[in-house]
Order: sequence, then structure tokens, then C-alpha cells
Amino acid sequence: MQPPSEHVHWLFATGFLILGLCLLGEAIVGTEVWRRRAWRAYIWPGVLFGLGVFMWPVMTFFTNSTIHMLAHGSWAEVLMLAGATELALVRGKLVNPWWRLTTLAAFLGSGTALLVHEQNAWFFQRSSFLHHLMGWTLVIAAVVPLARCVRPRSVAIGSAFALTFVVISVMLYCDRDVAPVFGHLSPTVGAPHR
Amino acid sequence: MSTQLVSERTAVRRRSARARAVSALGPATMLAGVAWAFLQPYRLTLLHPHGQSFWWLVVEPPLLVLAVGLLFHFVVAPGVLEDLEE
Repeated sequence: MQPPSEHVHWLFATGFLILGLCLLGEAIVGTEVWRRRAWRAYIWPGVLFGLGVFMWPVMTFFTNSTIHMLAHGSWAEVLMLAGATELALVRGKLVNPWWRLTTLAAFLGSGTALLVHEQNAWFFQRSSFLHHLMGWTLVIAAVVPLARCVRPRSVAIGSAFALTFVVISVMLYCDRDVAPVFGHLSPTVGAPHR
Repeated sequence: MSTQLVSERTAVRRRSARARAVSALGPATMLAGVAWAFLQPYRLTLLHPHGQSFWWLVVEPPLLVLAVGLLFHFVVAPGVLEDLEE
């Protein structure tokens, strides 16, 4: 009953797409309007925390090496830390906006985890390429949550933050267990899927 | 024309532009899902369900994108637009 790993990527892509749309909505209308209904304020921190929680079963059931286990475990921890901090900020338990730097840590942690646990080269196959691409995207995009701490009301930064999640979700949807990337597929991978 | 009237009109125009942008997010996502389904119909296992396992029938990426668009359009957007009007 365990899903193939590509399905897990697609389910996470769906979570990221929901987050991206909600964050884009918040960037467009502004935080004040977005938070007029309490449940909406909790979407971003709640989903972020949830993604961290769901990373634990990924660590447990999809670990085929120590580096995979460490990467997914540390990934789960930084996502949960960022989610919990954002929850505390929305709830008013934390007030200093610089606590948002935990989101920067989540970006860097996630990017590093993606890069570290992908042992193959870029063009080994599609999932290798996408893991490298997502890793570098998150590491470079870590500047966005930093900018968000400095200018929390900026529509441009808010939109860039939201679009990062949309881009990551597109990459996750492209992920396949065995598939070529730009015509490249290592002969050691096996038979490609549909 | 008084400056107050001009600034009020500008504010209304900005609000309606924001409302249009938020209203467009759901349909744009749904459109992306439908376009993907047409471009890669083989990723919709519902079209050829025989011999497919549980996960292949439940997790179909184009339908998931469509579902996210529907969710945002019918659950999230109406409340946001209502609050934007106030």
C-alpha cells in the first residue's frame, strides 16, 4: 500500500501549489485584508508545519541510504521549526518579525537536503536533474524570505515568495521515478516509466 | 474635480484590479490543469483504469492541479473578495 516515490513528490507538489496560491492571494490583497478571517492567517504556517510532519514518514519509509535518512530528517525539522515559528507569530506569541528568519533556515535546509541526498549527476535522469534544480532554486531563493523580513509589506517580495512555491510545485509535478531529461537517461537507471 | 474624489477613484480602481487578480488565480490554475491533461492524457489513469494500482488511480497530477484551482476559487477567493470590498 506504500505509494511509489513519484506519487509522494506529486502529493507534496499539491501542498506547495496550495501554499503558493494562498501566498499569492495574500501578496495581492495585503496581509491586513488576508488576516480578517482567522483561518486564512493559519493556512501558511499550518501547511508549512504539516509539510514538516509529513516529511517524517517520507524519512521512515523512503530511506534507501543513511544520507537520505539524514537529509529527510533534518528537512522535517527545519520545516516544522519554520511552521511553528510562523504559527507563534500569527498567534501573537512571538512579536519580533526577525523570527521569520526561520523560513530562511527552512529554505536553506531544504535546498541543502535536496542537493546532499541526490548522489547522481544532473543528467543521470529526470529526478536527479530536478533534485539539483530544486536544491539550487531554494538556496538562491533563500534571499526572498530575508528580504521579506526587511520589507514585510512589499507586494513584489510577497509575490516572489509565493511564486517560489509555485515554481517548486511545478518541478515536483515533473518528477518521475525513471524518465529521461532533455533526452538524457543513464543506461544504468532501468526501463523508463510512461 | 476634487482631489478627494480622484483619490477615492484611484483607490476603487486599485481595489478592483486586486479583486480581478485574486479572481483569476483559481481559473488560471484550473486552466493549467486542463491544458496539462490535454497535453499529456497518458497521465490521467482514469482514462484507462484497468490494471492500475490504488495510488495510480488516486494521485493524478493534472486532476490535482484542477482540484487546487477549484478549491481556491470556491473556498478561498469568495471570502477574500468579500473582505476586499469592505
